[in-house]
Amino acid sequence: MPSFVINEKCDGCKALDKTACQFICPNDLMVLDKEKNKAYNRAVDMCWECYSCVKICPTQAIEIRGYADFMPLGAVVQPLRSTDSIMWSVRFRNKKIKRFKFPIRTIPEGTAEPDAGMETGTDDLKSPLLRTEPESLGTDLYEK
Amino acid sequence: MITNDFETVIVETDLLILGGGMAACGAAYEASHWAKKHNKKVTVVDKAAMERSGAVAMGLSAINLYLGLKNGKNTVEDYINYVKNDLMGITRDDLVANIARHVDSSVHLFEKWGLPIWKDEEGNYINEGRWQIMIHGESYKNIVSEAAKNALKELGENGEYYERIFITEPIMDGDRCVGAAGFSVRENKFYIFKAQAVLDVMGGAVHIFRPRSVGEGLGRSWYPPFNSGASTYFTLKAGAEMTCQEVRFVPVRFKDSYGPVGAWFLLFKSKATNAKGEDYMETRKDELEKWAPYGTSQPTPANLRNYLMLQELEEGNGPIYMRTDEAIKQLMADIVDEKEAKRKMKELESEAWEDFLDMTVSQALNWAAHNISPEESPSEISACEPYFISSHSGASGAWISGPKDLSPSDEYHWGYDNMTTVKGLFAAGDASGASSHKFSSGSFTEGRIAAKAALAFIVDNESAVNIDEEKINELKERVLQPMAVFEEHKDYANDEDVNPNFIKPKIFMFRLQKIMDEYAGGASVGFKTSKALLEKGLEFLEFMKEDAEKLAASDLNELMRAWENVHRLWQAESHIRTMLFREETRWPGYYFRTDYPTMKEDWKAFANCKWNPETNEWEMIKRDIKELT
Repeated sequence: MPSFVINEKCDGCKALDKTACQFICPNDLMVLDKEKNKAYNRAVDMCWECYSCVKICPTQAIEIRGYADFMPLGAVVQPLRSTDSIMWSVRFRNKKIKRFKFPIRTIPEGTAEPDAGMETGTDDLKSPLLRTEPESLGTDLYEK
Repeated sequence: MITNDFETVIVETDLLILGGGMAACGAAYEASHWAKKHNKKVTVVDKAAMERSGAVAMGLSAINLYLGLKNGKNTVEDYINYVKNDLMGITRDDLVANIARHVDSSVHLFEKWGLPIWKDEEGNYINEGRWQIMIHGESYKNIVSEAAKNALKELGENGEYYERIFITEPIMDGDRCVGAAGFSVRENKFYIFKAQAVLDVMGGAVHIFRPRSVGEGLGRSWYPPFNSGASTYFTLKAGAEMTCQEVRFVPVRFKDSYGPVGAWFLLFKSKATNAKGEDYMETRKDELEKWAPYGTSQPTPANLRNYLMLQELEEGNGPIYMRTDEAIKQLMADIVDEKEAKRKMKELESEAWEDFLDMTVSQALNWAAHNISPEESPSEISACEPYFISSHSGASGAWISGPKDLSPSDEYHWGYDNMTTVKGLFAAGDASGASSHKFSSGSFTEGRIAAKAALAFIVDNESAVNIDEEKINELKERVLQPMAVFEEHKDYANDEDVNPNFIKPKIFMFRLQKIMDEYAGGASVGFKTSKALLEKGLEFLEFMKEDAEKLAASDLNELMRAWENVHRLWQAESHIRTMLFREETRWPGYYFRTDYPTMKEDWKAFANCKWNPETNEWEMIKRDIKELT
């Protein structure tokens, strides 16, 4: 069943115009059941297990149950994504638990400056130099 | 009439960027700068949400293309030679060189935008292999898309981003591509985008061939299932020449969940063996000589590594294992201090798990489900099903113009970088062919190159875009046809999916996958095919083309699936036709022509194809390889 929604935890993102999982799913699989006010995955066999919905869910209502056509039951891999890092809990079928934490970004979200303070070395549309080059290359552009 | 239920929205722009992945982000980034200077409008149209759209949706654990030019680590020529050898000699050197000379700039920008790149004590990037650098890449796509969106914002109202719009058809005005038609997957809106130039960056193609897992695991393709051949369809339908449509990619990955093997082979120096523990790259070395000079050069081309593994399986020597346990043991061998050993083991364990958690979480889940700890036991690897992805080790895509200063001949250069043979239509990333190994960073970079060139085209070729009312109505009817078919016939039978008057997209896809798997050299037949099989497959595709007119969609989501599968069908047909055209075997391990089992000197050439919109005929074209190195 790749991604699934835990009924008790899902509130249908009631404060938003669409649910977070609906917004993010790259394959447009997550939909809101308006009657029950719960999100669900409408085509589990088209799910890539990319975890985009799991990571974005504001109530941690989404988990992944591994593709059962080749994975035994019982394992859980669950992330907790914060502003600068991600914490993973890996629970094995035999109940062994491992935890890992990795950085995800070095500057605050939203602050990426396109030019990153660098100059573009030409105004010529026909020049092979691209935006911020050659400064962003750190060397001259290769020519034949 | 279903068309009355859909509002028609017409958007006018200068540069239309179709896609939302790495190449689209690069294009949006670059275009914003030059469009601002020339007062032009840029519009990006994405089938998903840019933060997580495209192949980097899940993240990545490495950037596979970084040359390190500023430190003199590699040269552009080194990279050309590496790519050319991996593709068994079939590569456009000029395109590879153009990406390679700019790619470091993109990677340096990623770092400034907040991407955590692994560094050593002196502050240098840590390489995984010669061209690959390690990253903490869970949010790689979020970071890059943020910069692309911020760049678009610099244009004010001249920078637009549309999400959840699925593009179906190119729009032509005479011999020039002037836009695209599509629909919203969320509301009843039909879209016409009018443009001075169009950049096709809609990714590669998956689910053309039957996957090895067909239950829930159907979705666990190595490349994402939402990359459905839109790029190829778009350029083909516009009448553009295509190249390398036979050069599929069959990755070898950890079995079933398709986790990455790069870190294990390159960073951890692991070996793969058969069940008896034999390293088939050693025991089968002689086979490589048959594929000289490529087979005898280092590193061994990816398809030949596959091929030796497939031979092992054919002889019953499976399963094939990645010897993770032995690799870790080797890495720990010299450490005597107990405390240091403990620290090192923890570090290796964290690196091994991060590799999966950053880019293929499903493989981490697979290890946990099977109680596998990589330091204790090996894991199975296997060949996936074939995919179309010219940004990796495949090469299928549009035949595009190379840069003036690098292209070796007029046959490779016709005015604007990355323009297809159709005026005003540009391609990059998985949409452009014969420039493999661009990966995430190179796709972003190629998007930049193409966008700048497209703006130069726009400034030089400004003209009014004419799309008459009749054409718009015709397109609207065509795009919405699957919904009309469903509406007309749905009440005939008591099953929404089984009805003699139509076919639903999902079963249509299964039919395509079965044909491709069995006749065009899929995984279940060991990637083997022949003229007789290919011709039979083509015959079955003709039936599919007829049945495509009866595709039915009950809602917007199914309408998207219907069109995705039409796109796949065209990718499939161009693939079969080009495999038929090339009468040799050049990439054993990707596919094997049993009737032409060897590589031939006179096929050291590009096999191109073109569909003619006027006559509905296919033309096959052989083009020379012109090398720079």
